[in-house]
Amino acid sequence: MPEVLLETRGLGKRFGAVVAAEDVNVSVTAGEIVGVIGANGAGKTTFCNMVTGYLTPDLGQILFRGKDITGCSVGQATEAGIHRSFQIPQLFPGLTVYENLLLAVGVFGHRRPPWWQPLVRPEVENEATAIMERYRIAESATTRVDRLPQGVRKLLDIAMAMVGQPAMILLDEPTSGISTKEKFDVMGNVIDALRKSGATVLFVEHDMEVVGRYADRVIAFREGRVLADGTPDVVLEDPAVIEHVVGRRPGRAPDA
Amino acid sequence: MTRLRRVRLTTVGIAVATAALLALWPLLPAWAAHTVAVSLGGGLVVLGLLILIRFGLVSFGQGLFFAIGGYAAALANQFLGITDMLVLSVAGIAAAGAVAWALGYIVRGHRGIFFAMLNLAFSMILFGILAKTVVLGSTDGFSVGVPTLLGFAPDPEAGRLTFMLFGYIVVFTAVVAWWVDRILASPIGYAGQGVRENELRLRYLGVSARGAVHIAYIAAAKLAALGGVFTVLLIGHVTPEDTAYWTKSGEFVFVAILGGSGNVAAPFIAQTVFELVRTFALQYAPDAWQMLLGITLLLVILFLPGGLWSLADRLRGRDA
Repeated sequence: MPEVLLETRGLGKRFGAVVAAEDVNVSVTAGEIVGVIGANGAGKTTFCNMVTGYLTPDLGQILFRGKDITGCSVGQATEAGIHRSFQIPQLFPGLTVYENLLLAVGVFGHRRPPWWQPLVRPEVENEATAIMERYRIAESATTRVDRLPQGVRKLLDIAMAMVGQPAMILLDEPTSGISTKEKFDVMGNVIDALRKSGATVLFVEHDMEVVGRYADRVIAFREGRVLADGTPDVVLEDPAVIEHVVGRRPGRAPDA
Repeated sequence: MTRLRRVRLTTVGIAVATAALLALWPLLPAWAAHTVAVSLGGGLVVLGLLILIRFGLVSFGQGLFFAIGGYAAALANQFLGITDMLVLSVAGIAAAGAVAWALGYIVRGHRGIFFAMLNLAFSMILFGILAKTVVLGSTDGFSVGVPTLLGFAPDPEAGRLTFMLFGYIVVFTAVVAWWVDRILASPIGYAGQGVRENELRLRYLGVSARGAVHIAYIAAAKLAALGGVFTVLLIGHVTPEDTAYWTKSGEFVFVAILGGSGNVAAPFIAQTVFELVRTFALQYAPDAWQMLLGITLLLVILFLPGGLWSLADRLRGRDA
C-alpha cells in the first residue's frame, strides 16, 4: 500500500467576496504524477500557495506524510519536503545558470557547506553541474538568466526547486510561455528527471494535451471546488469538465 | 573555481599590503601615516556598506554606528578609565552590535529607499541626543586619552600616532577584511546575492531573506563601530558632527560608490583616495574642495561605474 503523501481536508480560502478555495479534499499518493486543471481563477494557484505555506487557509487542514502542516511558513513547508516551481520563473536574473545553481546548492542542497565556509567547493560544483546535465541546460551554463529563452528558464526554475530533493514538487504551469513546438521537449525532460528522482509531482496545466500525456491522475477545479478527480481518460471526458474547464474537445490546445 | 582562486588572491593581497604598511612605518611622514590610519578606519565603515550593497541595500545612516563605536570607546575611556585599545574596540563593537540587533527588527522588513532613509532617521535621532547631552560636551564633544595595548603604554613624547596604534589598526583591519572576504564567499554571502536578485526564490530555498538582512545589518554596524573606535583613538576627540551627522553618513556612501563593491580592498583604496583628494583640495583650493570631490565622483560614475576597483578588473582584461 503506497503512502499517502499529501492530504487536504475541507480546505477553504476567500479573498474578500472571491471564493478561491472551498471544501477542497485532495489526496496524493507517493510517486503519483497529478495534473491540476481549471479555468483562470478556479483556485489552482491558490491551492499551490496554501500547500507550500505561502498562503494560510481560512478553513481546513493540510497533512503531509500524516503531519499537520496547516499554516506553516514557506520555510517550514520547504523543510518538510514540499517545493514548487513558478508560472513566471523565479530565478536570480543577474547571475548565470551555473551561478544560480551554485547558490541554490550552496545554501540549500544536501551538500551545502557550513555558513561561514567558502560556498564554492568541489562537491557543490559537481552537484550544480550534475543538475544542469540532468535538466539538459548545461549548454546555457555561462549565460545570464535574464538573457535566456523562456524554455530554459522554466527548466532552470524546476531544477532549482529540485535542489533540495523534495518528496513532492508542485509545478505551476510548467509549459506556459513556451512555444507549442518546444513544450513537449521541455515537459519530457522535466518528467524524465522527476521520475528518476522519485518525486511526487503535482502540476498545474492549461494544455490538455500535456495533461493527457503526462498525468497519472487529473484533478479539475472550478470556482474553488474540486469538480472532478480521477484518471485522465475519465476526467478529460467528463461533460462538466469539458464544459467548464476544457472548453472544447481534448486533443486540441485551447487558447492561452 | 574562479571564486575560490579570487579569495586566495585577496588573502595574499591583504597579507602583502599589511606587511608593506608595517615595513613602511619608519619612512612614512607623520601626515601620511595619519592619512593611512584614518583611511583604514573610514574604510571599515565603507566595508560594512559594501556588505549591504552586495545584499542590494544602501544605508544613508552608517554614521549612527560610526558614532556609537566612537562614543562607546570615548565613554569607556573617559568615565571608566579604560585605556586598552583592544578593550575599547570590543566595547565599540559590542555597543553597535546590540543597537543594530534591536533596530534590525525594524529595518529588515524594508528595502530600497526606505531602508536607506530609516537608517538616516535613526542617525539623526542619535545626533540630536548627542548634541543636547551636556555631560557629553554637547556639540563640542569631549577628549579621549592616549590608548595603551595589553599593558604597554606608548612613549608619552611620541605624540598620538605611535607605531603601536598604527600597527594595531593595520593588523586589526587586515584580519577583519580577510574575514569579511571569506564570509562574502560563504553561503550567507551568497544568500545576500539572493536577497538582491530575488527574495521569493530565496525563501523557497529555505533561507529567510529578513534573517539574512538582519545578520548583514549587524555585521555592517559592527564594522562601522570599529571604524569609529579607530578614528576616535587617532583624532583624540569625539563630536556629534564628525560622527553622527548626516553629511558623514553621506560621505561613506560617496566613498562606497567611488570604490565599487568588487573587492574588500576597494573601500580602503577609495577612502585613501578620498582623504588625499580632500586634504590637497582643502590646501590648494580651500573654497572649492566640495566641488572637486563632486567632480571626482561624477567622473567615476560616468567612466568607471564599477568604481575604482573596476580598474583592476580592466587591467586583468576581465569584464567588471
